[in-house]
Amino acid sequence: MLLREVVDLIQAQVIWGAELLDTLRVPACFAADLMSEVLAFSAPDALLITGLTSVQSIQTANVADLPAILFVNDKKPGPQVMELARERGIPLLTTHLTMFAACGLLYEKGLRPGLKGK
Amino acid sequence: MSEEVLYSEKFTIRGNDYERGGEVAARIKSVMKELGIAPDITRRLAIANFEAEMNVIMYADEAVLEFSVLPEAVRVVLEDRGQGIPNIELAMQEGWSTATPEMRRRGFGAGLGLPNIKRNSDEFAIESAVGVGTTLRYLIRLG
Repeated sequence: MLLREVVDLIQAQVIWGAELLDTLRVPACFAADLMSEVLAFSAPDALLITGLTSVQSIQTANVADLPAILFVNDKKPGPQVMELARERGIPLLTTHLTMFAACGLLYEKGLRPGLKGK
Repeated sequence: MSEEVLYSEKFTIRGNDYERGGEVAARIKSVMKELGIAPDITRRLAIANFEAEMNVIMYADEAVLEFSVLPEAVRVVLEDRGQGIPNIELAMQEGWSTATPEMRRRGFGAGLGLPNIKRNSDEFAIESAVGVGTTLRYLIRLG
C-alpha cells in the first residue's frame, strides 16, 4: 500500500515527508510501543505504528529498515526527534485514532502484520 | 597467527545518554552499507548493536564498542565499565528485567535486550564482574 493511501485511509496528518507519500510503499505493519519487540519481531519494510515519540522510535525504524512511522493518539514528537527523522529520511505521520482503531482500519484494507521470517 | 581485520572502528557510549541512544548503531549500519555488506546481515547487526548500545546507556557508566569486519564475519566486542550483571543466566531470560520507568518510557527495559542480541548473532559470549563491568562479544558470519 502506498503511504499516501495510509494517510487517506486513516485521515493522518503528515508531520514530515509529504514528498515521499507517492513513492513509498509499505507492504505490512508492525504495531508496538516496546521498541525491543519491534527489533525482535518486525520484518523489514513494515510501517511502524507506535505511541512512542522519543528518539528511540526513529532509531528503531532506522536500524530495523522500517521506512515510515505512524504515531497514534494524536502524538507528535519534539523538534529534535523530527530533525532526526529528516536526517534519516523517515516520514512521520500522526493520527487521532487509537492504535487499535488505526490497525483495524489498515487490516481491513489489506495490510497484514510485518513479521520477521514470514 | 594474527587474524586478518579488513576494517575496524571503535566507538564510545556513555551511560544515561538517552538522547544519543542509537547513534552508534546507526553509524555502524551506514559503514556496513558503504562496505556493501548484505542487507540482512546489516540489519541483524544493527539490531544487536542498538540493543547493546541501549544496555550501556541504561545500566553502565561507559563503554567502548569495537566493530570489526573480518574476511568471513562481522564482529562486535563491547566492553563496559559499570555495575555488572550478578546472574547472567537470569539476565539472558526473556522478560527478566531490572528496568526503571525512564527505561520503559524509551521503549526498552522489557528484558528482551540480551536475548535479542543473541538471537541475531551466530556466535555470542558474555562475561561480567559485579561492580566492574560486562563484556559482550558477538559475531555474524557473512554469507
